[in-house]
Amino acid sequence: MSEKTKPKVAFFDFTSCEGCQLNKLNLENHLLDVLALVDIVEFREAMDGKADHYDIAFIEGSISSPTCVERINDIRRRSDILVALGACAVRGGVNAMKNLMPIDEVREAVYGKDKYLFPTLPAQPVSAVVKVDYEVDGCPMTIQEYLHVLTSLLMGKKPVKPNHSVCVECKRSENECVFNRGMVCMGPVTRGGCEAQCPGVGQYCIGCRGFVDQPEKNAALEIFRQHGLSLEEARKRMTMFNAFRWADR
Amino acid sequence: MGKTFDINVHHVTRVEGHGNIVVNVRDGVLEKAQLNVIEAPRYFEAFLRGRSFHEAAIITSRICGICSLGHQMTSLKATEAALGLEVSEQTLALRRLLVDGATFQSNVLHTLFLAAPDFIGVGSVFPLVKSHPEVVKAALRLKRLANDIGDVVSGRAVHPITCVPGGFTQIPDAAALKSLRKRLEEEALPDLKLALEVVLSVAGNIPDFHRETEYISLKSDKEWALYDGVIFSSDAGATPVEQYLGVTNEHIKPHSTAKHTRNKRSSYMVGALSRWNNNFKQINQTGQAIAKQLGFAGPSDNPHHITVAQLIETGHCVQDAMEIIDALLTKGLKDEAPNQNPTRYGRGVGATEVPRGVLFHEYTYDRRGTIVAANCIIPTNQNFSNIDDDMKKYVPEILDLTKEQIAHRLEMLVRAYDPCISCSVHLLDVTFVE
Repeated sequence: MSEKTKPKVAFFDFTSCEGCQLNKLNLENHLLDVLALVDIVEFREAMDGKADHYDIAFIEGSISSPTCVERINDIRRRSDILVALGACAVRGGVNAMKNLMPIDEVREAVYGKDKYLFPTLPAQPVSAVVKVDYEVDGCPMTIQEYLHVLTSLLMGKKPVKPNHSVCVECKRSENECVFNRGMVCMGPVTRGGCEAQCPGVGQYCIGCRGFVDQPEKNAALEIFRQHGLSLEEARKRMTMFNAFRWADR
Repeated sequence: MGKTFDINVHHVTRVEGHGNIVVNVRDGVLEKAQLNVIEAPRYFEAFLRGRSFHEAAIITSRICGICSLGHQMTSLKATEAALGLEVSEQTLALRRLLVDGATFQSNVLHTLFLAAPDFIGVGSVFPLVKSHPEVVKAALRLKRLANDIGDVVSGRAVHPITCVPGGFTQIPDAAALKSLRKRLEEEALPDLKLALEVVLSVAGNIPDFHRETEYISLKSDKEWALYDGVIFSSDAGATPVEQYLGVTNEHIKPHSTAKHTRNKRSSYMVGALSRWNNNFKQINQTGQAIAKQLGFAGPSDNPHHITVAQLIETGHCVQDAMEIIDALLTKGLKDEAPNQNPTRYGRGVGATEVPRGVLFHEYTYDRRGTIVAANCIIPTNQNFSNIDDDMKKYVPEILDLTKEQIAHRLEMLVRAYDPCISCSVHLLDVTFVE
């Protein structure tokens, strides 16, 4: 492929920890292969001299300030395909937990009497502000899923988003169910695709990939109750990475 | 009449955030020099309220993907202090191993990918891939090894999984540790040598700027303090970790969404150079050998020497990691469950040296083990005032240079404080406002 025909790709980050970007850098062999197939025209706002147009724009982080809204609109206008990377961009991620509290209380907790110095908005997923074409979920996103989406797009195919629960992957890996170890796990309602990474090393699923398309929320709450969580605790557990859409589910 | 100019450097670093340098000079007199931080605030301390002690470390690791391990360690220590949870010797050893890995990974990448291009006189790491491929490969190997330590011990390098209050959800197996031990010796030590050669070859290009400041780090009687220690100031001596607020004195400046700190002077420094200045006698042989070759015998007041201190510390961490694994394997790994039965509920403070300096977390728990108040003080924030003060002294000293050269020197200065790895591919946008 010549430089001219390579798709122009750009990366941008919004309100986030940048762990998804880092995970991408942690991929050694495949990444170099894939990078040979694309032309990176902007790596975050690192390289100045804005490109006029991107074939694919990858967005990390949530939209949480007036400046973010302006920037994402501008990027969308210049992008053919826009992909949200990671829980913050896809669902607001942990940032959206602040949305569950009165905004004044949130600002005061951090900045005290100077709370009005810095403008803030409820943390939103990218899709609440502009159209998102594809999503790579998870906190952090997994390299495998990122590669799947990128290579699909390069081949002109539609990437597949898993819609089975984490439990399916635990069964497949023959993991011991962490409920048996006295934990309360979000696996039954959480979207798989992570190969049940956390239960695989003895930790409960924290729900970082969001819910499956039609989560049996009431059944899940009942299971959590049976395993000792109050309704309030269960709600908190389920909203750690899913606060943004919690109200309308 | 002297020079009049303004400098605006956009997006200097992504040191846990986005920042711009702003400098105004009128008639040869410096009017303003500051680092503006423009990152959108995230409000962790607010939404930690009401969360369970099981969740604090999971949530706070998301403050920074690059330092997720450091946030988890500090968070766990604060929670364990607040709830009176004792942890085992094995847990401590595994955590120290993780901290060594995270520290040397961060240090080596900053030294080789970020600082080295400045000293070699190229704009970024990209030209180095062609001119110094073996150095880039060595840095990547060290990075991979550190990631593998994270994968083996904590389940995942970015946002570790197995580290929980009171211990680990899973204990690594001996064979995996043995293999890491082998690579530390056979890969990391030679790669470190290569890194040292690079730094030695460019040592003459390190800017000769000096400003003595207050150096703050952890300090321990037993060892080079990373995982644990008391707060130590080069001006004021030791302070217990629980009284950290009396040292950090956080305050808000309108030009920065990140809070600033000060102690005895208008600013203080944290990070590898503070650790070195306060604790250099406690560095192990591998660190000592590197220091000796670099002609580094005692404290330094040149902020560019942060890079040098990082390289020395990298050697220390590689040796320390090998010794920890040896001790773990000799004792034999026990499959122990985390201790999660609180003996009290109250306030707890955790402090850990993460690569960019001392990190504090503080939580207050109610009787249900739920957070009622949280506070996190991040190393990079603690350095902001010190960077501003450095620039105020530095700019008048280099006014003879061109505006472009001054801007470049200031970028080097800010980068010396160790912007994170993502910055290694972060080209700087420098604009001049006439």
